[in-house]
Amino acid sequence: MSENKKTEIKDKLKGYKGLARERLAAWGVGVWSDVRIVNDAGSVFEGVILPRSETYDDLHIVVKQKTGYNVGIHVDRVVEIVELGYKEAFYHMPEKDFPVNPALPNVTLLGTGGTIASRLDYRTGAVIPAFSPGELYSAVPELADICNLKTRMIFGVFSENMAMEQYITLSKAIVEEIEAGADGIVIGHGTDTMGHTAAILSFMVQNSPVPIVIVGSQRSSDRPSSDAALNLIHSVRTAAYGEIAEVQICMFGPTSDRFGLLHRGTRCRKMHSSYRNTFRTLGDIPLAMVSRDSFEYINKDFLPRDKTRKVKLCAAYDDHTTILYYYPGMKPDLVDALVEKGYRGIVIAGTGLGHVNRALFPALERAVKAGVHIVMTVQTLWGYTQMFVYDTGRDLLNLGIVQLDNMLPETALMKLSWVLGQTDDHEEVMRMMREPINHEITEREPHNGYIILQGGLPDTEEYIKKYWK
Amino acid sequence: MENENNIDYREVGLIVGLEVHQQLLTERKMFCRCPAGLYTKEHDGIVLRHMRPTLSELGVFDGAALMEFKTKKQIIYLLHNTNTCTYEMDDTPPFLMNDQALDISIEQCLMLNMDIVDEVHVARKQYLDGSIPTGFQRTAIVGVNGSIPFKGRELGIIQVSIEEDSCREVSDKGHLIVWRTDRLGMPLVEIVTQPQLYTPQEVEEAILLIGRICRSSNHVRYGIGASRQDVNVSVRGGRRVEIKGVPRAEIAARLVHGEAIRQVNLLKLMEELHDRGLKTPEDVRARITHFDVTAEFKNSRLSFLTEKGWNRFVKTENRRPEFELGKGAFSVRAIKLGGLAGTLNWKTQPGKTFADELRGRIRVVCGLDQSPIILHNEDLNGYETARPRFKAIMEKQLACTEKDSLVIVWGPEDDTISACEEIYLRYIDAIDGIPNETRQAFEDGHTDFERILPGPDRMYPDTDSPPIRITRDRVERIKSALQPRPWTREKRYSEAGIQLDTIYYLIRRSWADIVDTVVEQAGADLKQAGVFFGEKLKGLSRKGVKVSSITKDRWLDLFLQFAKKPELAENWDSLVRSMVDSPDAPISKVVNEIMNSIDASNWKGFARKALAETEILATKKDSEVHLKLAMAKMMSIYRGLVFGREIESYIREKIAGGNSSEN
Repeated sequence: MSENKKTEIKDKLKGYKGLARERLAAWGVGVWSDVRIVNDAGSVFEGVILPRSETYDDLHIVVKQKTGYNVGIHVDRVVEIVELGYKEAFYHMPEKDFPVNPALPNVTLLGTGGTIASRLDYRTGAVIPAFSPGELYSAVPELADICNLKTRMIFGVFSENMAMEQYITLSKAIVEEIEAGADGIVIGHGTDTMGHTAAILSFMVQNSPVPIVIVGSQRSSDRPSSDAALNLIHSVRTAAYGEIAEVQICMFGPTSDRFGLLHRGTRCRKMHSSYRNTFRTLGDIPLAMVSRDSFEYINKDFLPRDKTRKVKLCAAYDDHTTILYYYPGMKPDLVDALVEKGYRGIVIAGTGLGHVNRALFPALERAVKAGVHIVMTVQTLWGYTQMFVYDTGRDLLNLGIVQLDNMLPETALMKLSWVLGQTDDHEEVMRMMREPINHEITEREPHNGYIILQGGLPDTEEYIKKYWK
Repeated sequence: MENENNIDYREVGLIVGLEVHQQLLTERKMFCRCPAGLYTKEHDGIVLRHMRPTLSELGVFDGAALMEFKTKKQIIYLLHNTNTCTYEMDDTPPFLMNDQALDISIEQCLMLNMDIVDEVHVARKQYLDGSIPTGFQRTAIVGVNGSIPFKGRELGIIQVSIEEDSCREVSDKGHLIVWRTDRLGMPLVEIVTQPQLYTPQEVEEAILLIGRICRSSNHVRYGIGASRQDVNVSVRGGRRVEIKGVPRAEIAARLVHGEAIRQVNLLKLMEELHDRGLKTPEDVRARITHFDVTAEFKNSRLSFLTEKGWNRFVKTENRRPEFELGKGAFSVRAIKLGGLAGTLNWKTQPGKTFADELRGRIRVVCGLDQSPIILHNEDLNGYETARPRFKAIMEKQLACTEKDSLVIVWGPEDDTISACEEIYLRYIDAIDGIPNETRQAFEDGHTDFERILPGPDRMYPDTDSPPIRITRDRVERIKSALQPRPWTREKRYSEAGIQLDTIYYLIRRSWADIVDTVVEQAGADLKQAGVFFGEKLKGLSRKGVKVSSITKDRWLDLFLQFAKKPELAENWDSLVRSMVDSPDAPISKVVNEIMNSIDASNWKGFARKALAETEILATKKDSEVHLKLAMAKMMSIYRGLVFGREIESYIREKIAGGNSSEN
C-alpha cells in the first residue's frame, strides 16, 4: 500500500496522457502544482492541478479551485499559466492505537479490501480499498467501547478478485487468530462475492469456538450516509458478544440505520446490486438481529460459542469447477468444452426442479464418463431439486448427476471446489456434497423461508407504509 | 432608542453577495428518471438514517460537518413512489446527468454573460443535516466569470453551478428531523455574484434583476420555492454570514439590514470582551463553569424546570426516547459566566440579544428546544417567580458578584452538558467577532443560527459521475437560440408605452417571448400585445382560467386570426376560455364555433330591435342609460363579429333621432 503511495508521488503528470501531458510538461507544471490559469475568455482559475483518471480524454487539465470545486480546462484555451506553489494532498486518516481494556473481549479484524475500507483513487477516479483496519478505528471510535481490537491486513483485493489463493490464506489466518485466543473474528470484505467467501469459509473453518463474522458496506465509507460504520459496530459486537460460533454475514436488515442481520454463511446471497439491505437468507430465516445494544436470536438452531471447542482447518480447494447456468437452447458443446479444458466439477443451476434440455444429455454423459463430477441445483434459488417427478429429472439422475436439494448454486460451487480439493473419488465426492456441514442442505423449508412481498398489492402497500424500509 | 437600529451602510462597510438558486424546468430530475416538480403531501415509505463526517479530498474534516455530527440527529425520510426512486434513498448510484438540465444551465450561464467551462466535474458537497440522504449534494460548475449591467455599473457573477435540489423539511423536534423527498434531486442552478452590493435596497433589486434574467429563458420554474436566495452579508471587520433560504426579494432587504446591525453590535461586544480581559479560548474556559441544580428547582413554580413538568412536556409532545429525546435523566444545569455580566442582554439584531445567539446554537446543536430554551438572570421578564432561586444559587451556592451572570438550561442530562459546551464555544466565537455562520431567514426579518458556514473542505469529487465535456459547438447551438436579456426587452417595451410593472410581469412569467412572437409573426401591435398578455390575460388567470396551458403556437394562430379579422379581438375572453377547454382543437375551429353560429349581416336591424326593447327600461329617457342597455344586448351577441365602436355609433345615431329605416 505504501508502495502505491510512493509511485503516486513519482509521476508528476499522473493520469495525464497525450496532448494534456505534453502541455503540462511544456509549461513546467504538474500534479499538485498550485497554479493560476487564464483562458482565452479572460477567466481566471486558481487552484491545484489534480491527477486525472487515465480513462478520461487527453484534452483537459483538472483544477481543484479554492472553493473546492473541480473544473476541467481545455489545454487549447489556456493563455497563461503560473505556478504559485505546490500542495500535495494526502488522503490519510491518522492510524490511532486502539485503546486496551482488559475487561473487554478481544476481537481480531482481518482486512481483505472492499468498500468497508476504501479511499478515493485519483488514477481511476474510483474508490479503492486502502484504509487499513487501524485507520477505521479513527473513523469509528465507538469500537473502543465494545472490545479490544487487533487488526490485520491480509490482502487488499476487490471482492470480485477473491479466489482460491485468498480463500486459503484467509482461512489459515482465521484459525491462527482463533488459536491465539481471539474471542471473535471480523472479516472486512467487499460485498459482491461476500456470499461465496462466507460459504467457503463455512467449509474450510469448522467447529469454531467463536463467531466468525464477515462484514462490508454497500455505500463506501467516504460517504456521510455510509452503512460501513454501523455494519462495523454490529459485526464487532457480534464477534465480541454474539452467541453464534459460525461463519456469518453481518449486514443491514432494512435499508434504514436500524439493525443488522446475521446470516448463516451457507444460506446467504446478495440480492440487489446497490441496496444497503442486499443480503438475504434464502430458504430459511436469518440467525439473529443485531443492533448497537442488543441481540435477538430468531433462529434457535446454531452452534453456540464455546471457548473449549477446538477449531478445525481444512484449507482444500480446486478451482477447476464452474456453474453452468442453464438456459433454453444451451448447446452441448459448452459442456464438452469444459471437459476438454480440464474442469473437474460442474454445478448446474437448472430450471424448475432441476432440469436441462435433453439435447445436453449425451454431452453430460460423456462428461461423467470422463470423470467430471456434476451436481444439480435450482436457478429459482428458493426450493428443492426434485428430479424424480419428471422423466427429464430421472434420466439426469441415471446419467450420474447428483441433486443437491436446496443448496444455493454459489454455495454448491464453493463446496464442490472444496471437496475436489480433497478427493477425486466420485462416490466420496457425492457423499460429501450431500452431507450437510452447516445447513447448506436443510431437511425442511419453513414457510417463512420464502417471502418476497409483491409491491403494489394493497396489503403489501399497507405493510411497507408502516414498516421501516 | 429609535435610532439605534439606523445605520449608515457605507460607514459600517456593508458588503453583500448573492447566491441565487433557481430550479430548472425539466421533465425529470437531475441524476435519476423520476419526474421533476411533482410534490406530494403523503408518503408510502419511510427510511431512517444517520450521518457521519468523512474526509474531504484534501484530507481534512470540515468544521460544519463536525458540528452537524455532534447534533446526533435521527433523520427520517418520507418517500412517495410517484416522485422518489431508490436513487433518492441513496440505494442506487446516480444515472448520467440529465442532458436537458445541463443545456438549460448552460443557457442560464449565457444569459449571465459567462464563460462556459470546458469539462464539467461533479463534486459532492457535504451536508450532514439530512437534507440530502447521501449526506452530500451533487454539484458542478458550468460557468465562470460573468457580469450583468446593474444600476449603471457591472455586477460580477463569480460562478454558476448546476446542482440537485434538497429535501423539504417536514419537522425538526429535539433529536429528530423529518424530510420529504419529493423535491430532492430536481435540477437547479446556483448563481453566485461578486460581493458588490452595498445597501439592502440594492440587494432587493439585484435579486429581482437576476430573477428576470433567469425567467427570460422560459426554461426555469416559478412558484413557491422555485427560486431561493442565500444572502452573504458582512460589515467592515466582520465576517461572511450566509442568510439561507430567503424566499422573496423584499424580505432580503430587511434581513440584510438586520444582519448589518447584528454584526456591528457583535463587533462592539468583541471589544467589550477584550476590555474585560477575554482574548483567548483559555480566558473563556476559565470564566465558564457549570453545576447540576436539578434539586434547587425541584419545587419551582416554573413547571418546565421540574421533572414532573418535563415529563408532561415529553408526553404531550410525544418525544420518543429513540427519536426526539436526548440521553440521560432530566436535569437542570446552571452555567456561571464569570465576569460576563451584561453580555447576555447585549443587543444583536433588532429586538434580539446575545442570549438569543446562545439559544440558536443550543437548539440546533444540543436538541434542546423547549421555549425559552435558556433562562438567565439578565432578563427574567415573564419568569419572575424564578428570581429568588436565581439569587440564591448565584449568591449562596456560586458566590457570584454583580460582575457575573447565570444561565439555566434543562432537559436530558447529556444535552444540558453539551449546551454548556456550546455556550463556551459561542463566547469563544464572540471574542473573535463574527462567527462564519449559516443563518435561517424568517419572514419578520430576523435570523437564527442554522449551522457553521461550510468551507471548501466539505467538497470532494463524485466518484460515481464521469466528467462531461462541453464542446464549443454545444455552447454555440444554445447561444443561437438565446432569448433577449431583460434589459433589452425592458427598453423596447417601455418605448412602446407598456407600464414597467407589466413588463416585469411579462418577463417573469415567460409571456415576453410570446409577445415578441405575435408581434414579429402576426404583425400585432407591441403595446396591445403587451397589455393583452400582461394585463387582460392576468385578470382571466386570476379568475381560474388556465391560460398558461395554451402553447405558444396556439397563441400565434390566434393572433394570426386577429390579423385577418381585427374585430375578433374584442371577443378574446370567450376565445381564450374556449382554447383552454379544447386544447386540441385548431384555432380556426375554435373561432368558427364561437363566431359562426351568428349571422352578423343583419346587425343593424337587431340594433333597432334592441333599442326598442330597452327603451322602457331606460327611465327618465336617459339616453346614456339607454345606450348602455342596448349596447349590452348587442355586444353579448356580436362581440368579435362587429367592432363595438361601429355598433355604438349606429345606436347613438338612432337615439339622437335618426329615423333612417334602410337596412
